[in-house]
Amino acid sequence: MALQAIAFYLMAAVTVAAGFGVVSARNPVHSVLWLILAFFSAAGLFVLMGAEFLAMLLVVVYVGAVAVLFLFVVMMLDVDFTALRQGFARYMPLGLLIAGILAIEMIVVSSTVATHGAAKGGDLPMASGAGADVTNAEAIGRVLYTDYVYFFQAAGLVLLVAMIGAIVLTLRHKPGVKRQVIADQVLRSPKTGMRVVSLKPGEGVDQ
Amino acid sequence: MTIGLAHYLAVAAILFTIGVFGIFVNRKNIIVILMSIELILLAVNINLVAFSVYLGNVVGQIFAMFVLTVAAAEAAVGLAILVTFFRNRGDIAVDDASMMKG
Repeated sequence: MALQAIAFYLMAAVTVAAGFGVVSARNPVHSVLWLILAFFSAAGLFVLMGAEFLAMLLVVVYVGAVAVLFLFVVMMLDVDFTALRQGFARYMPLGLLIAGILAIEMIVVSSTVATHGAAKGGDLPMASGAGADVTNAEAIGRVLYTDYVYFFQAAGLVLLVAMIGAIVLTLRHKPGVKRQVIADQVLRSPKTGMRVVSLKPGEGVDQ
Repeated sequence: MTIGLAHYLAVAAILFTIGVFGIFVNRKNIIVILMSIELILLAVNINLVAFSVYLGNVVGQIFAMFVLTVAAAEAAVGLAILVTFFRNRGDIAVDDASMMKG
């Protein structure tokens, strides 16, 4: 149990510190790297809770895809990021005040719920839902592909729409680039595609 | 000392607050705002998973998966809009992004 506590406090401290690094780093590339660290240690927290499947999903989807996407965009845009930081000191005191109040309120509420709320018991059991002999991924799969199959399909549709939207938004036709026009190719007939000329020997073809 | 539900909820609350704070202080840098939104959604996911494990009900983890899906879609579309905006303006300062105002 002591080992679990140490692991929890380590992961939690790294997560919170990395989150703070995301919002306070001067360079957005550093922000993205802090974000990767935050997601990675949050995945560690998930493993600690017994949600291994979601932890791996977090690593694959966030660290592997979303964070790299952020990194690409940050490195692609040629922006003076120091100019974007003005106002940081101005909004800092009010932001800190509101953030502190928000954090205190939420921690008070959540600890009250955890100790006296509708939820019972004190410790986190390491159950995966459907029994101890069932792994976490299997438990998720059993529910996801039966009760929530329509939601699963809808999530796929959301991703499809997001993909099409992102492509349509960023697709750009440069002028002056020769492109294949399929319709023109299909409509070509021997009459338009071929010309018969009679040549005298020694003369070229007039275009 | 045992780690209970309250510990995880506290971490999630702090992370959520950091996300909100990031939106406050980085008002001009839309990339950091998008990253702050990702932090907020991560905090929500921690809450969902903590309650899911606590109550022994796997549905919370499924909901966290859907939140993950929506967050990925949101990041993709948001960054695409950002790239388009940068192409049109040559800058990503969001405080004068009022071109679409009628």
